[in-house]
Amino acid sequence: MTGIVAQNVGRTSGLIKAASGGGGVWTLIKTLTSDGSDDDLSFVDGTDDVTLDSTYPIYLFKFINIHPETDNAEFQFNLSIDGGSNYNVTKTSTYFYTYIYESDAGAALTYNTTGDLAQSTAFQNIATNVGADNDQSVSGCLTIFSPSSTTFVKHWISQISNAHGSDLMTNPYTAGYGNTTSAVDAVQFKFSADEIQGGKIKLYGLKDSA
Amino acid sequence: MSGIIAQNTLDNSGLIKAQAGGGAWNFIKKLTASASGDLSFVDGTSDVVLDSTYKEYVFTLNNIHPADHSTSQYIRFQGSTDGGSNYNVTMTTTYFRAEHYESGSTSGFGYVGGADQAQGTSFQRISDPIGNENDECGCAILHLFNPSSTTFVKHFIVNAQIAEYNDRSINTYCAGCFNTTSAIDAVQFKMNSGNMDAGDICLYGLTT
Repeated sequence: MTGIVAQNVGRTSGLIKAASGGGGVWTLIKTLTSDGSDDDLSFVDGTDDVTLDSTYPIYLFKFINIHPETDNAEFQFNLSIDGGSNYNVTKTSTYFYTYIYESDAGAALTYNTTGDLAQSTAFQNIATNVGADNDQSVSGCLTIFSPSSTTFVKHWISQISNAHGSDLMTNPYTAGYGNTTSAVDAVQFKFSADEIQGGKIKLYGLKDSA
Repeated sequence: MSGIIAQNTLDNSGLIKAQAGGGAWNFIKKLTASASGDLSFVDGTSDVVLDSTYKEYVFTLNNIHPADHSTSQYIRFQGSTDGGSNYNVTMTTTYFRAEHYESGSTSGFGYVGGADQAQGTSFQRISDPIGNENDECGCAILHLFNPSSTTFVKHFIVNAQIAEYNDRSINTYCAGCFNTTSAIDAVQFKMNSGNMDAGDICLYGLTT
């Protein structure tokens, strides 16, 4: 007898039966780790063990220390309805954020009229002016609701903590919808200029059953 | 040797160690709308758990689609302290939003004075009005903290994202508390008027 069973013989608590698929209602689907010179990081349903279909009603991307090659690049994403051949889904969105300078020179909560989209197929900024100093990066999360729906638009919500290129902390809140009734089956993240040079993006699915 | 240990002896998979306060989400109940006047979660009814088992509960509202198309098709919710007989708990709340027209004509951000409550017992609006064109819907995540407490008020936080009836993307943030020291043992969701024609609401309990 080995492993966790052996370690727990005689105990009457402390163990639970793993759910099929890994345990818990949040299932880790895929982790992409930047190799230091990525043009983008893309999650395509059915490719490299990525699931992005009707298996889960809600998907969550977590960004951990995404580091740009170039100062003041925008961290952004787009959706695909053709398995990643094109990332150009029409989107309408909002973008507001808080900021504070490291020097305490200013702090505010404000709407960003250049960060939102109106029926645009462009990539959606979810953090702007990311710093490229060695210790700077962005972290946060993005939730997508029912990407596989062929009835409804595809809502998403994102919140990021951003070490800004001008030495301030910003906290952008973006949300919107992919204005399509086609299933979204791929999501791509990149910077507006140059490479992703570090960090991880993790994709989770939320079950809606026991 | 008995119980789960015995059942799993020699298994080299299928067992994981229980988390020591790891914050795991546990699925409790899914309600699906179909021309529904409301969707209600009542502790002890239809497999719903909404008691001291968990200190935090999360409701996910997915693709809620209203029957009617008007300026008032908000999603609203209320709590109950008597097992769902009455949904009229006193609340104090805040509500703000970001909005952007598909035409690009207007965008904005601000507090919505008419959407909050100051010691009100009305159903609390948690979204802006959702359109009922075929592809329009709203989604939200609502956190309810320690509803079974008989000591403290009951805090909640909601983030909703909707396709509005007038072709706007609107992202709303509502938070507040049920101003009661009685346990909240039921929660009801409904539109401001008319039915929910489609969508679902799932209830999760968080192990803390």
